[in-house]
Amino acid sequence: MADADIIPLGTRGRPGRGSRAASPSKAARSLAPPARSRTRRPAAAPDDDLPAPPPPRHRGPRLVRPDSDGPSNPATDHPPAYEVRPDDLPPDEVPADVGPAADHQPAGEVPADEVPAADAVTEALTFLRRRVTGDYEVDEFGFDAHLTSTVLMRVLRPLAEKWFRIEVRGLENIPAEGGALLVSNHSGTLPLDALMTGLVVHDHADRYLRALGADLVFTLPFVSELARKGGATLACGDDAERMLAAGELVGVWPEGFKGIGKPYRERYKLQRFGRGGFVSAAIKTGVPIVPCSVVGAEEIYPLMGNIPALAKLLKVPYVPVTPTFPWLGPLGLVPLPSKWVIDFGEPLRTDSYPAGAADDPMLVFNVKDQVRETIQQTLYTLLMHRTSIFY
Amino acid sequence: MGRVVLVTGVAAPLGARAARRLAADPGIERVVGVDVLPPRDDLGDVRFVRADIRNPVIAKVLAVEDVDTVVHMSVAAGAGRAGGRAAVKESNVIGTMQLLAACQRSSSVRCLVLKSSTAVYGASARNPGSFVEDMAPRQLPLTGVAKDSAEVESYVRGFSRRRPDVAVTVLRWADVLGAGIDSHDSQLGQYLLLPLVPTVLGFDPRLQLLHPDDGLAVVNRAVVAGPAGTYNVAGTGVLTLSQMLRRLGRVTVPVPARGVGTVGQALRRTSDLELSSDQVALLTHGRVVDTTALRKSFGYEPGWTTAATVEDFAETTGRGPLDARRIRSVEQRLVSAYAAATSARGGAADG
Repeated sequence: MADADIIPLGTRGRPGRGSRAASPSKAARSLAPPARSRTRRPAAAPDDDLPAPPPPRHRGPRLVRPDSDGPSNPATDHPPAYEVRPDDLPPDEVPADVGPAADHQPAGEVPADEVPAADAVTEALTFLRRRVTGDYEVDEFGFDAHLTSTVLMRVLRPLAEKWFRIEVRGLENIPAEGGALLVSNHSGTLPLDALMTGLVVHDHADRYLRALGADLVFTLPFVSELARKGGATLACGDDAERMLAAGELVGVWPEGFKGIGKPYRERYKLQRFGRGGFVSAAIKTGVPIVPCSVVGAEEIYPLMGNIPALAKLLKVPYVPVTPTFPWLGPLGLVPLPSKWVIDFGEPLRTDSYPAGAADDPMLVFNVKDQVRETIQQTLYTLLMHRTSIFY
Repeated sequence: MGRVVLVTGVAAPLGARAARRLAADPGIERVVGVDVLPPRDDLGDVRFVRADIRNPVIAKVLAVEDVDTVVHMSVAAGAGRAGGRAAVKESNVIGTMQLLAACQRSSSVRCLVLKSSTAVYGASARNPGSFVEDMAPRQLPLTGVAKDSAEVESYVRGFSRRRPDVAVTVLRWADVLGAGIDSHDSQLGQYLLLPLVPTVLGFDPRLQLLHPDDGLAVVNRAVVAGPAGTYNVAGTGVLTLSQMLRRLGRVTVPVPARGVGTVGQALRRTSDLELSSDQVALLTHGRVVDTTALRKSFGYEPGWTTAATVEDFAETTGRGPLDARRIRSVEQRLVSAYAAATSARGGAADG
């Protein structure tokens, strides 16, 4: 084997596709229009039987790309540089820690000076009334956008902003519309990385990330209910293709339990990427694959060991032993406050393959390995520039 | 010469309505209704023949009446009638076998329409988001009417192989919800009208409903015009069970999954509602089917969405204690009380 030819797959960290060390290819540029900043979102159309929605809300600094009015192609100007227009800030906000890491302020609450306080109470009552009377919509997968945007995201947001202080890179690589498949590494014992990626995509790219979850997720009480309402569905080819064909942004974590439940000493080593079903789904529907690399999630619950007997009894893949769990009881469930970076890589086009490419296993494996290699190299690059786990 | 249609299961309200509707169609000369029990409703122009489809006499009916189309409506999708589970299974499976045997011998039969159920897809945690007609169930239904439907469909597939000249249409109905549907065709209505509705704790199934009007129109179209094939028949849109119950204003009692069996037994004793394990699976994991084939290939656009079906059901059967209108008025009272309180406080501060 020593003299075997090594066929390089991916870029091995050199500038080029996916490494983001140089400007994106023409193909990627045409695919990925700049991610819309939250402040540029048009106001929602008023609902008939509801009071008119409040004006566009923003709690934090308004972020505007410097070139947002210019004729140049914004996709070429990355990593994205944000600037803050001081006149857009609410009076009680101090533009102290402005930067890419501080821009996670989504549309949360109405600033106190814009709307009278009574409206907040009215809004809460309207929300409650709509929940109690079932006056909301779910899609065919059970996705409840009303609950997700008003409750689930709001619960997760402090964790993302204050606890993990997530830094987001490569937002321009998320297509503003149309189907796309986001492929990410998986780590952290509990799938917080999937939740955080979904939140980041919602807050910064203004899209819902529709996660593909393991079978186990849908057998557990409460978890399955929340997963479906949060937009997830079963990771199977049928569902993935259905969602992608409907123009959704679908998230997949191909490592599965092998990735999320790997010991701490193997951190940031990508596990196998399954059978490449996600590649087939993307090729069949002709949507781009966006590689996503998450740094920081490996350290939230360092997995030291496993209790296989208990895992078998509980019918779960593993029962983790971390430095804090189960020793500290419920306190052990508090994740360590590692500093996170979520990097969206350059999209990989799949619409130029000939018909029937999805049934060509060699091509599928090659694309799968290319995506895997891209994520692995991005992880290494991000780790090289990381000075500390916690800041 | 006009067409002669035989409809089975006309003692149940849905079968009777299907037969009446077919009899009113100008392209159909005669409709013959068959059932073991005399029909409760008026059958209008339908000629009723009291016969058991489990008996070879059904072949004689086909020959005497010169039937060219058989509409098999009698496969129970709910708990079935008196006689318990064994009798229902007997009627569903043996009845279908006998009916198909008679059809196979008949020289006049050209068309067979089967009312089946989406229960053939089963219900499990491994359900895909929605089922297309050619998908196999992830977990075969092992009990109840779901198993019956699966077996009936397999016999019908066998029949269509042996008689390729007969156009076979299989209509997989989602759960029917509407006033006047008895437990033979769907138990969902009865379940939703329980004073306290038991639900499975920690699960909120996605459900799809079919309005009887749509179901009967599809049967009619399958007889008169529609291309043969297998079609999912369901209203557009999906509601979760909790949402459905909230819209109906019902009070729910979440029961842990382990306790659902006990509750089901208690319900069986106190009412004629029978929560078999396939029904419990549906109320745990739910089921959604894709109706693209119905709309595109079959050419029928359902007039009732799932949400409209629930609304119609609420209008006809009444709403529960948590009526949306009542809650809305409570909300408005709270809002105005709050507004009054704040303005009073503001006035005091100004003064």
